[in-house]
Amino acid sequence: MLAKRIIPCLDVRDGRTVKGVNFINLRDAGDAVELASLYAHSGADELTFLDITATIENRGTFTALVRRIADVIDIPFTVGGGIRTIADVGALLGAGADKISINSEAVRNPAMIGLLAQEFGSQCVVCAIDVRSNAAFDCARGPGWEVYVHGGRTPTGKEALAWAMEAQDRGAGEILLTSMDHDGVKGGFSVELTRRFSDQLSIPIIASGGAGTMEHFAEVFTAGGADAALAASIFHFREIDIPELKIFLQKRGIAIRLSQ
Amino acid sequence: MSQSPSVVVVKYNAGNIRSVLCALTRLGVDAVVSDDQKVLQAASRVIFPGVGEASSAMRYLQESHLDETLLALKQPFLGICLGMQLMCSFSEENSTGCLGMFDAQVVRFGDHSGLKVPHMGWNTAHDLKDPLFAGLGTEPWFYFVHSYHATLSPQTIATCTYGDVGFSAALCHKNFKGVQFHPEKSGPAGAKVLQNFLSDHSAGGSV
Repeated sequence: MLAKRIIPCLDVRDGRTVKGVNFINLRDAGDAVELASLYAHSGADELTFLDITATIENRGTFTALVRRIADVIDIPFTVGGGIRTIADVGALLGAGADKISINSEAVRNPAMIGLLAQEFGSQCVVCAIDVRSNAAFDCARGPGWEVYVHGGRTPTGKEALAWAMEAQDRGAGEILLTSMDHDGVKGGFSVELTRRFSDQLSIPIIASGGAGTMEHFAEVFTAGGADAALAASIFHFREIDIPELKIFLQKRGIAIRLSQ
Repeated sequence: MSQSPSVVVVKYNAGNIRSVLCALTRLGVDAVVSDDQKVLQAASRVIFPGVGEASSAMRYLQESHLDETLLALKQPFLGICLGMQLMCSFSEENSTGCLGMFDAQVVRFGDHSGLKVPHMGWNTAHDLKDPLFAGLGTEPWFYFVHSYHATLSPQTIATCTYGDVGFSAALCHKNFKGVQFHPEKSGPAGAKVLQNFLSDHSAGGSV
């Protein structure tokens, strides 16, 4: 049976991980490769690296990092952050990334999704969508959500579900769906949001934003219908241990890959 | 295992081969990437990866006459993902006639089956019938990403199930083997499959 995926997310700036990481047994907590390797060995199903490099000049550092990650990591990984052109994507995939995620640029230029799918295949095109609930988009089915870009700072006026369906039709292979309302609060994923998107879309949904407990993961996989769940700080600070989380989920009857 | 004769990864227009090369490097194998007939014929093992779309890949193989070269190879040969699909007889993906090493057909996961397509993520392989899976227990987990799948056939050496659909996770005919999953991305289980392929002497060649 296809397993639900657990995906730690690492923020990288100028080639180093930035979100505080609390692994006392790491020689260098800022080394993305070492941290990624530790996650891969502890049973993470995939990894995501987001480049939050401040300057364009340092973008090359990220590509170099992706090459080092690909040398070492034997599970799939996605890279994103600041991708603007087909050449950006070609360089990252050529460096060994399995998938790329695009967010703001896809909103600015939706045709980009189709171009990438055509050039590299849908399987490597993840459309990341950051949303906030907005009563202006409520409908008969329930509450509505608005798409935000630029790291969640800029509202776009786009209704989120319609945008996700457009991204799917244009060739996105997966949706990384982040609830800004829930992100960082540790009160649980937005089950309602995830469920609505999962029911309406025919491509996999990665739920993101709000993980605080193991129960939250169980909830977003069952009630939310998520195909994968992504989290950052609760893994980095070891508030949740991935092997324990996976055993917990398996005991709840959720299809999970236990480390071999 | 870096001694000659070499492991050759087929160079063509379909997809990213760096992860396959990295996986081989982790196993101590310095593979050669080539589309040269002589290099392919002299290889001890040939790996045929692939990510992308079937018809454009087949067109490229035909125009470059790589199709004839690959079909004539006698040494252990491993197709991965699209590579395996191209080794089947026919793919529904843009109605493409394929190389035909295997008698299976490649069909799309039903769009109206309620299944998310692509089939993306970790799934278990079952009914393992080949030394390729030696030492992996009865239900190893592998990483899959695909929208089309090879039907079950007498040449199926591992099965997988997605929703209600059973399909070939791996196929074998003579020296030709193919796996739908990505061994290069399937953690230690995937590395073991590659290692088994490199060290299996039953198919004739040796590394």
